[in-house]
Amino acid sequence: MFFKNSLYAATALSLITASGAAADTITIATVNNGDMIRMQGYTDDFTAKTGHEVEWVTLEENVLRQRVTTDISTKGGAFDIMTIGMYETPIWGANGWLVPLNDLSAEYDAADILPAMADGLSHDGTLYAAPFYGESSMIMYRKDLMEKAGMEMPKAPTWEFIKEAAAAMTDRDDDINGICLRGKAGWGEGGAFITAMSNSFGARWFDEDWNAQFDTDAWANTLNFYKDMMDESGPAGYAANGFNENLSLFQQGKCGMWIDATVAASFVTNADDSTVADKVGFALAPDTGLGKRSNWLWAWALAIPAGTQNEAAAKEFIEWATSKDYIELVAAKEGWANVPPGARASLYENPEYQKVPFAQMTLDSILSADPRNSTVEPSPYVGIQFAAIPEFAGIATEVSQEFSAAYAGQQTIEEALAKAQDITNEAMEAAGYR
Amino acid sequence: MARNVTNKRKIINTTAAWAVGLLIFFPILWTILTSFKTEAQAIADPPIFLGFDWTLENYKAVLERSNYGRFLWNSIIIAGGSTILGIIIAVPAAWSMAFVPSKRTKDILLWMLSTKMLPAVGVLYPIYLLCIRFGILDSKIALVFILMLINLPIIVWMLYTYFKEIPGEILEAARMDGASLKDEVLYVLTPMAIPGIASTMLLNVILAWNEAFWTLNLTAAKAAPLTAFIASYSSPEGLFYAKLSAASTMAIAPILILGWFSQKQLVSGLTFGAVK
Repeated sequence: MFFKNSLYAATALSLITASGAAADTITIATVNNGDMIRMQGYTDDFTAKTGHEVEWVTLEENVLRQRVTTDISTKGGAFDIMTIGMYETPIWGANGWLVPLNDLSAEYDAADILPAMADGLSHDGTLYAAPFYGESSMIMYRKDLMEKAGMEMPKAPTWEFIKEAAAAMTDRDDDINGICLRGKAGWGEGGAFITAMSNSFGARWFDEDWNAQFDTDAWANTLNFYKDMMDESGPAGYAANGFNENLSLFQQGKCGMWIDATVAASFVTNADDSTVADKVGFALAPDTGLGKRSNWLWAWALAIPAGTQNEAAAKEFIEWATSKDYIELVAAKEGWANVPPGARASLYENPEYQKVPFAQMTLDSILSADPRNSTVEPSPYVGIQFAAIPEFAGIATEVSQEFSAAYAGQQTIEEALAKAQDITNEAMEAAGYR
Repeated sequence: MARNVTNKRKIINTTAAWAVGLLIFFPILWTILTSFKTEAQAIADPPIFLGFDWTLENYKAVLERSNYGRFLWNSIIIAGGSTILGIIIAVPAAWSMAFVPSKRTKDILLWMLSTKMLPAVGVLYPIYLLCIRFGILDSKIALVFILMLINLPIIVWMLYTYFKEIPGEILEAARMDGASLKDEVLYVLTPMAIPGIASTMLLNVILAWNEAFWTLNLTAAKAAPLTAFIASYSSPEGLFYAKLSAASTMAIAPILILGWFSQKQLVSGLTFGAVK
């Protein structure tokens, strides 16, 4: 009897222990983007498959950045998975702050991740974050207004064409602005746009010795071109407009063209929110014939902070959330237009996805972006709309504030560039680069 | 004639007060209105004031996505706990400063207030590391202590001001009747200062409820209060203004209701001793 009871007790104990080891609760920090929120809605599917529970911490992008940076740099351990981007991943990977993801299962098919994405989320060939969705930037334009202006959008236009088309499409009486672009201060807002644009004008942030390059003609040409075009054909107060402000204008039919993130395509073609859903065309971001286009590359990716107590469960989640099966799950429930784009090559080979109007242009934009070779002249940094060094976010925020002040007419372009040159050189000197 | 002038002035004053009140309240009103619009109506240009199809869809979406009850409970514990703890510490401190002042009392008061001028982000890392060391990261207890410490200078200052208005002779009389120090503070001083203590508590609850730096930076999933609830609906890449407005309305509603019902005490407490 005693033996029997002991056996039952031991069996029960081992079952409890086993289930405790198998089922964990993981905490995930993420951003409040449509695709991320959708993922949260499917958490039950992950729990049903693995037994692991998920706690979500959803924050606004800038708050999230500050929050996860504090936690990972102090080894706080508040999160088991963090949603980070292409800027943080190589820096944190190099610091040893992230768990390498090179041992994901064969079933996961890591080779299917778009090379540009895998490259941008790696350091020294080691993948440190798995892309949940990726984006580049492209032109979204009103086909009806373009036709009315008597022009035809090429697949790969130049900035000169864009300026001309913007002027032709502008109709102040009808409250239509030929072009809407980001001008808002912030390294991820107007700073990202103007940096990507400057690449196509032959500008770069640093020369090979980390000297700031804002005193070059290429930067002056970029800013003068931008301001002239926006003053002539942009919306009032464009210096304060970011992604959301331009999205709002475009959806209400007040922009002829908008150059911004490829993920915006699903918003502007959604008839529930957009008044111009059936009138939108797409084209590659413009260039000036120097060999670089003005599109960027970005991914929101899932990474595991080193030292987490739930590494195995966290890896299971990442495999689930960034898998082909997850894409199939979303497509089955919500349609192909709503699957997370820009991460996997197989998605773009899918005939069903190829029917989505912006699918091919998104892929073309992503494929034409090269973070390791983003500038016309050689540069020492990786990144297109940013330089992947820890100091960049702070410097670029200050620089973009000067640029926004120039767009708003509070100072001249020359003054803004001179200040940008000083701000950048001083910061780089203090950081020991020069 | 004199009465007519008075009435005219009254009307002007009342109108001006209402105009200023409405101006101050307008952003809150607009947030509440937006929470009942669709996302498309929320960004409409020109803006729609009242002529829209009212919907509860945003509230439904917010309640489906977030555990509002948990955020609310965390806010109540953090704001209430930090206030009570602050009062327990501040009452004796303010008593000693008001009734047994030293040469340096004014300097200490000013020094306490000067700590409010320190940018919070300057001490983020030390406090974060302390929370890790004590194992209280993402816990309500950490926020109760930190918010108490942050608001303590204001609590002490307010209580000190109220206590200074109470005649010291009353306390002396209590002492002559044999009251101990504890009895003097608990049974004589505190009951007389109830309006002041109540308004101080109310103000502190409001400050703690709205605090959005430490509550965002020291919490994750377990202890996150309503400030984190709001932050989870803000997005620079996507137009979710109607849902954000619904979340904001739900976050401010409890404190708005509390403020509404206690406005008389709050105003009388804040203006206590202002006019002699």
